[in-house]
Amino acid sequence: MKKSMKNIDSYTHVRGESVYLDDIPMLRGSLFAAVFDSPVAHGKIKRLELQEAAAAKGVVKIFTAADIPGDNQIGGIIPDEELLAHTEVHFCGMPVALVIADSEENAKAAVKKIILEVDPLPIITDPVEAAQKNELIHPPRTFQLGDIANAWQNCAYIFEGSTETNGQEHLYIETQGAYAIPKEHGAIRIYSSTQGPTAVQRATANVLNLPMNKVEVDTTRLGGGFGGKEDQATAWAVLCALAAHHLQKPVKYAMHRMEDMRMTGKRHPYSSRYKIGLSKDYKIIAYEASFYQNAGATADLSPAVLERTLFHCTNSYFIPHVKATAYCCRTNLPPNTAFRGFGGPQGMFVIEAAIVKAAEALHISPSVIQQKNLLQTGDEFPYGQKAESEALACWQKADELFQIEKIQNNIQEFNKKNNLVKKGMAVMPICFGISFTKTLMNQARALVHVYTDGSIGVSTGAIEMGQGVNTKMLQVAAAIFSVDPSLVKINSTNTYRIANTSPTAASAAADLNGKATELACLAILERLKNVAADIFQTKPEAVTLNENWVYVDDKKTDWNWNKLVLETYNRRINLSEHAHYTPSGIHFDTTKEKGHPFTYHVYGTAVISATIDCLRGRYEIDDVKVVHDFGKSMNSIIDRGQCEGGIVQGIGWMTMEELLYDKDGKLRSNALSTYKVPDIYSVPKEIIIEPLATQKENLAIFSSKAVGEPPLMYGIGAYFALHNAIKSFNPNANLPFDAPMTPEKVLMALYSKIPEPKESLVKAL
Amino acid sequence: MLQFILNEQNIDTDLPSGMTMLDFVRYHQHLTGTKIGCREGDCGACTILVGELINNELHYQSMTSCLMPIANAAGKHIVTIEGINFPDGLNPIQQAMADEGATQCGFCTPGFIVSLAGFCLGNQAVTKENAIAAVDGNICRCTGYKSIERAAYKIADLTKTKNNSQTIDFLTSNKILPAYFSTIKNRLEKLQNETLPLPEANTKIVGGGTDLYVQQHDKMTTSASHYFFDNKALKNITIADNICTIGASVTVAELLSSPIINKGFPSFPQYAKLVSSTPIRNMATIAGNIVNASPIGDFTVFLLALNAKIVLSDGVQKRNLPLQKLYKGYKDLDKKTEEFIEAIEFVLPDENTYFNFEKISKRTHLDIASVNTAVSLQLKNEIIETIHLSAGGVGPIPMYLAKTIKFLEGKNITEKNISEAIEVMWTEISPISDARGTKEYKTLLLGQLIKAHFIQLFPQQLANKIIV
Repeated sequence: MKKSMKNIDSYTHVRGESVYLDDIPMLRGSLFAAVFDSPVAHGKIKRLELQEAAAAKGVVKIFTAADIPGDNQIGGIIPDEELLAHTEVHFCGMPVALVIADSEENAKAAVKKIILEVDPLPIITDPVEAAQKNELIHPPRTFQLGDIANAWQNCAYIFEGSTETNGQEHLYIETQGAYAIPKEHGAIRIYSSTQGPTAVQRATANVLNLPMNKVEVDTTRLGGGFGGKEDQATAWAVLCALAAHHLQKPVKYAMHRMEDMRMTGKRHPYSSRYKIGLSKDYKIIAYEASFYQNAGATADLSPAVLERTLFHCTNSYFIPHVKATAYCCRTNLPPNTAFRGFGGPQGMFVIEAAIVKAAEALHISPSVIQQKNLLQTGDEFPYGQKAESEALACWQKADELFQIEKIQNNIQEFNKKNNLVKKGMAVMPICFGISFTKTLMNQARALVHVYTDGSIGVSTGAIEMGQGVNTKMLQVAAAIFSVDPSLVKINSTNTYRIANTSPTAASAAADLNGKATELACLAILERLKNVAADIFQTKPEAVTLNENWVYVDDKKTDWNWNKLVLETYNRRINLSEHAHYTPSGIHFDTTKEKGHPFTYHVYGTAVISATIDCLRGRYEIDDVKVVHDFGKSMNSIIDRGQCEGGIVQGIGWMTMEELLYDKDGKLRSNALSTYKVPDIYSVPKEIIIEPLATQKENLAIFSSKAVGEPPLMYGIGAYFALHNAIKSFNPNANLPFDAPMTPEKVLMALYSKIPEPKESLVKAL
Repeated sequence: MLQFILNEQNIDTDLPSGMTMLDFVRYHQHLTGTKIGCREGDCGACTILVGELINNELHYQSMTSCLMPIANAAGKHIVTIEGINFPDGLNPIQQAMADEGATQCGFCTPGFIVSLAGFCLGNQAVTKENAIAAVDGNICRCTGYKSIERAAYKIADLTKTKNNSQTIDFLTSNKILPAYFSTIKNRLEKLQNETLPLPEANTKIVGGGTDLYVQQHDKMTTSASHYFFDNKALKNITIADNICTIGASVTVAELLSSPIINKGFPSFPQYAKLVSSTPIRNMATIAGNIVNASPIGDFTVFLLALNAKIVLSDGVQKRNLPLQKLYKGYKDLDKKTEEFIEAIEFVLPDENTYFNFEKISKRTHLDIASVNTAVSLQLKNEIIETIHLSAGGVGPIPMYLAKTIKFLEGKNITEKNISEAIEVMWTEISPISDARGTKEYKTLLLGQLIKAHFIQLFPQQLANKIIV
């Protein structure tokens, strides 16, 4: 296998020829949609005035909840989400009406003429307040290990505190959108920029009262997803389908950036509390945490995100006594949703904060506590699974390569010499479980056709959104058949070809769909080998295919791939296969909160350094040096790209990306001018990615571990590196664990005069 | 009729001149390689190149097509990603991006490629830093930029032997750009351009469009506007008797390449780097920055510290007004509707003038300031003889800090005086809390930036000191 294969879309990408939703050539007579969304966060609808808008130039029809033939319901996990607000609005940005017009401008102009009168209801934006008012989307969940109640008495040191992590806007550069085209016999085709075609299909069928087999969802690629198009692509697709189905005209909606930002949910903000207990030699004995997740107005994927917070609440550490409780809090914000890491990062931040808090009080480096408590193979996670750990191996290799202590010493020296510039560092180990934690979602299918000219078509349920999954699928097919990759084409993801797909999420798409592709290719390969065995009068086991040629007993024959394919067809043998894959051995029992939910874990260690201009509060991330557990990487270019991109996205979340909702639930950071993601100047000056390069077998596709989400969590280290630098300028800085660490928070902390409340060293035995 | 060249094709259109180039190329020419990311010049997915004959030389600059009215393309060469494609295969810019894995979802990629093509076509020194600077207006959410950096370095390497007088020959003969680029100069010379009709009373005046098209996008397409961007009479930077005059339509990029400005402000490139991005600097005009009246307009604050005057004209009569007198309240100007800014005048700093500009924003580059400030001062016997100090983001208008100035006049530069000046400054500002920071932060920050001015200007006296 060519392990340095470029993304197969790179040719059309760099020529501007790749087709995204808004680039699809439109059919004559297509109409344009625009959503009227609620300007208030909570209230009863008193009056919805559409008359003026309906009479506006170019308007064809305005749809409201009353026009929905099926269920006005698109909730994925819990049916609590209306497509169009019927009697109440629950967040600013909640869709209320859909304007269809002959042009985008006319649709948008008409939206401005709609008047909504609302009797206001109380607005909650804070998750703790929601919990106090019992506004929970589902009952709290608790993961436990050991005996927390009795563990505290064995601790030499106990610390407690609280943390805040803000949300994060996905900021896929391609906004949400869909294009629906009515087809004969009441069917509909929807082009949707979605990570979950089946979610779109199911919701459309439900809303239009159609059987699923009449809803074709087709996706070529996304201009970025990051989780934001897992569940939240659905509404726009269903709305287009609603209008297209009713009007029997194609309908398109490609959202304006500001519409997208205000109407869609983001990474969940969390408010959390922790209590950590250590032994005299810094072993973590007990850890208790409570997580208040700001879910927004409806469930969306929040319950699943919440669960992953619990799964990752101890990050890369073994802690014998744990109790972690999580609350899914309903607020009047847009429904928060999946975002790379899926609740894991929010859980990890809290344990890292607890460790830093303890280390600072004990006057040691946090890395001392981190290193002492890394997971070892056989250690039990709070959810019952036993670790097959690479945590120590990653840490040790990082230490050998990057010399953690030397970095610390150099920083100390630098800080002694400089008054107005300070450096800081942090080590960030990670451990991330791979699988959908809802076990049933761990299934995938692939459809492989070998055509009589030897070319190969592959369809899977995976969505290409830049992560290179199609390239990996192509590599799998080319490797199994041992043919030139140019013979393989990966087709769009389409619900008519592949049914009942799981969304492309949880870092699992390459594993699940790759394995299904492998199975399909192997089935066809077996038939080809049987034919070859018959031709060469030998056993099938003696036949191999190698770089387009047929070998018998390792000797090259004069039959090539094309000839064998054609011969197989001539013998009326099936050259197509639809294969199904599901990993074995995973299970999770939510009544006990125990099981073996993950096929495997991904580990890694990052060392992050930062420099603060203490005069101005401005800072730079100097370097991120990582040892990452790739397993046996099947594509070094793509995997490196996933690491670098994930790290920078994580740093963005922890530093400059600041979501601002006001107390009325209105998004203030509602455009790229007010919500800042990293630009080329703000990324670390150096990112080093060293593979751990284990040759161990694992359950990943070709033993190449999933790489989509885990690297994001290295970015958490940037927060603590800045924290570390601030403390060396002002050891008494008032510095709550409150991410992101914006330049504002840095400057305010550098010059804070209020000392931190007395060390919460509860007891020192 | 509006005439220009789009890639290889001559365009002759009577579409509304206020339509954005982005809508024109995507929805009227069906060139979908130019992407829509934000429609406010903040992501670069819609970046195009604009080639223009200046003194008989063809110059190319990158611009964000979402903020550019097609009126501003008259007589020019517009290049989209399709215009730099060869029929088959990749040009070396595209090849480098592909080879380095610098494209993931691909949506931002055409914008990066076009910006890098702009780097190749530009006259700036071929350095790694300048290659990166070329993409400082392009946002990528997938790659983390490191692969893009690696690709940009390769491209810098590729063009390091080019000779600026024959850039296009170099690029076409090395198959970096298609051969038709060598024909553009002649074709542009032949292009007939009718002058656009003069404005009727009360028509909107559009400069670079970088604020108007963000704030009033819906209205701009069809509104009757007078386009100042290419008005040659408003594009001069001159100096006479030490008075520097900048025409209203001079862009930030033109300031950057002006020997006069660089002589007066040796650190000008560093200041400008803190202001927006390459494509926006190529579009944004100095008068636009002033008349937009943003309380945090970077160049407004810059010019206030030079005690600049503006020349207002109604087309017949002119009057001079100190810039600090222009702002009466939030977005309220001492300017009649029919008046427009014709030029800005100020005394160019000489070797005895100390000047500094500071800006802090959430993201250091390509962001709007939380607080910005500028100072110019002259010493006599180590005593501050004259001083002008301005600040943005701390009140409803860009502020000339008169009380602080008065306090500092006649003082020498000591930690104590600076600290006391900051106390005075706090009595004359009124920041509010918004998306760019809380008022407490802005209050502290301006104090810090005033310290920064003095530490920057008088390093021997103050270096490495924490002034409290």
